Amino acid sequence: MSDFLQLVIQGVALGSVYALIALGFVIVYKSTEVINFAQGELVLLGAYLVYALNQTALPFPASVALAVAIMAGVGWGIERTILRRMVGKPTFAVVMITIGLAIMIRQLVSAVWGFDDRLLGEPWAAARIPLGDLGINVTSVITIAAASVILALFFVFFRFTRAGVGMRATALDQEAALAVGIPVHSVFAQAWMIAGAIAAIAGVFLTAFPATLHPAVGFTALRAFPAAILGGLDSPGGAVLGGVVVGLVEVLVQGYQPQVAPWLGNNFHVAATYLLMIGVLVVRPYGLFGTREVERV
Amino acid sequence: MTLQLPRPAPRRSAPSPLATLPLLRRIDGLRTGYADELALFRGVGGWTIVAGLALLYLATPLVVDDFWLSVMNFTAIAGIAAIGLNLLTGFTGQVSLGHGFFLGLGAYTAGYLGGDLHLPVLVWLPAAGLVGALVGLLAGPFALRLRGLYLAIVTLGLVFVGEHLFLNLRQITGGPQGRVVPSPLIDGLNFADLHSSLGLPLSREQSFFLFVFPILALAAIAAKNIARSRPGRAFQAIRDREIAAAIIGVDRARYKVAAFVVSSFYAAAAGALYGSYLRHITPGQFDLLSSIQFVAMIIVGGVGTVYGSIAGAFFVVLVPRVVEGLSPAIPFVSHSAGGSGVSVFVLNQLLFGVLIVLFLVFEPLGLAGIWARLRTYVRTWPFSY
Repeated sequence: MSDFLQLVIQGVALGSVYALIALGFVIVYKSTEVINFAQGELVLLGAYLVYALNQTALPFPASVALAVAIMAGVGWGIERTILRRMVGKPTFAVVMITIGLAIMIRQLVSAVWGFDDRLLGEPWAAARIPLGDLGINVTSVITIAAASVILALFFVFFRFTRAGVGMRATALDQEAALAVGIPVHSVFAQAWMIAGAIAAIAGVFLTAFPATLHPAVGFTALRAFPAAILGGLDSPGGAVLGGVVVGLVEVLVQGYQPQVAPWLGNNFHVAATYLLMIGVLVVRPYGLFGTREVERV
Repeated sequence: MTLQLPRPAPRRSAPSPLATLPLLRRIDGLRTGYADELALFRGVGGWTIVAGLALLYLATPLVVDDFWLSVMNFTAIAGIAAIGLNLLTGFTGQVSLGHGFFLGLGAYTAGYLGGDLHLPVLVWLPAAGLVGALVGLLAGPFALRLRGLYLAIVTLGLVFVGEHLFLNLRQITGGPQGRVVPSPLIDGLNFADLHSSLGLPLSREQSFFLFVFPILALAAIAAKNIARSRPGRAFQAIRDREIAAAIIGVDRARYKVAAFVVSSFYAAAAGALYGSYLRHITPGQFDLLSSIQFVAMIIVGGVGTVYGSIAGAFFVVLVPRVVEGLSPAIPFVSHSAGGSGVSVFVLNQLLFGVLIVLFLVFEPLGLAGIWARLRTYVRTWPFSY
């Protein structure tokens, strides 16, 4: 039983990270109707920035804060220099641009920091909280707590602040938003800034103990796709639920499938979340909480 | 109950009086009737190109060295797959990030049928395509229910599910170590080695060139025929405005699934050739990056054109080879795996990403767009517009 509890906590912690990454997808999709395939690489870059800043004399919280600020700048820069030129172009083209960006960022990271495994350098490191006969990683607890705080902030932002409401209005109807005086262009820039900032935070928790820092982390972040899709691409609440579900499924399958169903092969947990996503989409084509698009003639 | 109206016989448009002048008719580009609009090769220019290509096909392997032949062979194989993706993405507007999965499917099918069951190439090549088409048929219904980016992500999921299958179905795929794919053989005639089977003084690259380019030509002409006939028009109508297409009577379900099936057929057949050319395949070759490469090919070459797919394939195959060749001359680039500085692989990937972004931002029509502009410029010279 304590095995199970441990796996659940691990799963929820992983799910919280996925939820943070998925929120990055959702916030860009909601305002600009583009899936940002570079989100995983922003996460990667954010994590390496935290590592690099922490290598200097900066204390850990300060380096996280600075990395978040830099990543917000990176997000803003990407929108300003590249994506703004693509306004009005087919979605497919814009999505491919983000894929191109993803490839570029991943290679820049490996060009600068190489392919060695590194430790992020978080102060709590490998500390464990005793629970039952096994104990859980402090990382898991901090991840869940931090993710909950950030998600709460998100909802406050969307509900009560001017910028958040403007973002929702833009998502609903760009032209109408322009008509009532919302600066749609700066809303796009804000969305990318937030996506960049949140990527840095997700990066910290994705690479903290027991995980390590490696350029392949960008691919791990791809597993947050099912989370965003599961909940519906334009639903922040759905992203959170999707993240937790995907994290739980991944960890539980990893924990139990080798004994319960070994015939499914090695590393089935990687494919399992995608199968779950495909299954959900068959039943609900816009995810669990996504808005159904209405076709108008 | 549907009411069948009597249909008038299709009217042939009366030939324009100009068409009676044989000289004018032959001038490239003068179109005097609908048949001319639809013609594959128009006028003297078109047929000259065909004859030139045939001559090139025979001359190239004798003149060009093995390095360039291998670039061309990879181009031909990738070109077939890119044409398939262009039919789906460029013509029908359905974004697929799962093309690499279908390539893998074809390659493993070829390996199993040709290697384990010892069937000739005439069986395993079409069979690989058919297996791909069948799986494409199964994936088709998703295209019906899902719109745009949701579909792209499901095809992304296909890549991961496929990789899992390739890694774990060890009897067929050989697991992580991969498996051998046989050379194209018919009754002892080995198309990848005409030297030992026919006694011709040809290397493996030369033999494979002669084998694979007719297949590329076949694939290109078939795609062109699809694109310029009824299904192709339906594909493009769906791409441009789906609801309007449905209203004028295009069967969306049928044509979307058809696009998936045809595209998967192309991909799987190309995968079979790819495996046969490489001789040994591993699951890692059919990952997300390979799928993205095909999307890059059609972007660079030109979305919605057949010849653009081949041009794009050539470009995407060529660039890494050139970078590799130039790497000793580029500063900060290490040639060996463990050396300091940026590795060639990293540099290539970086360039690849930059290329995708630059083409989309500055030349969304790709090489085909550049070519079309150039042609217009020359034709209308000295009047530019």
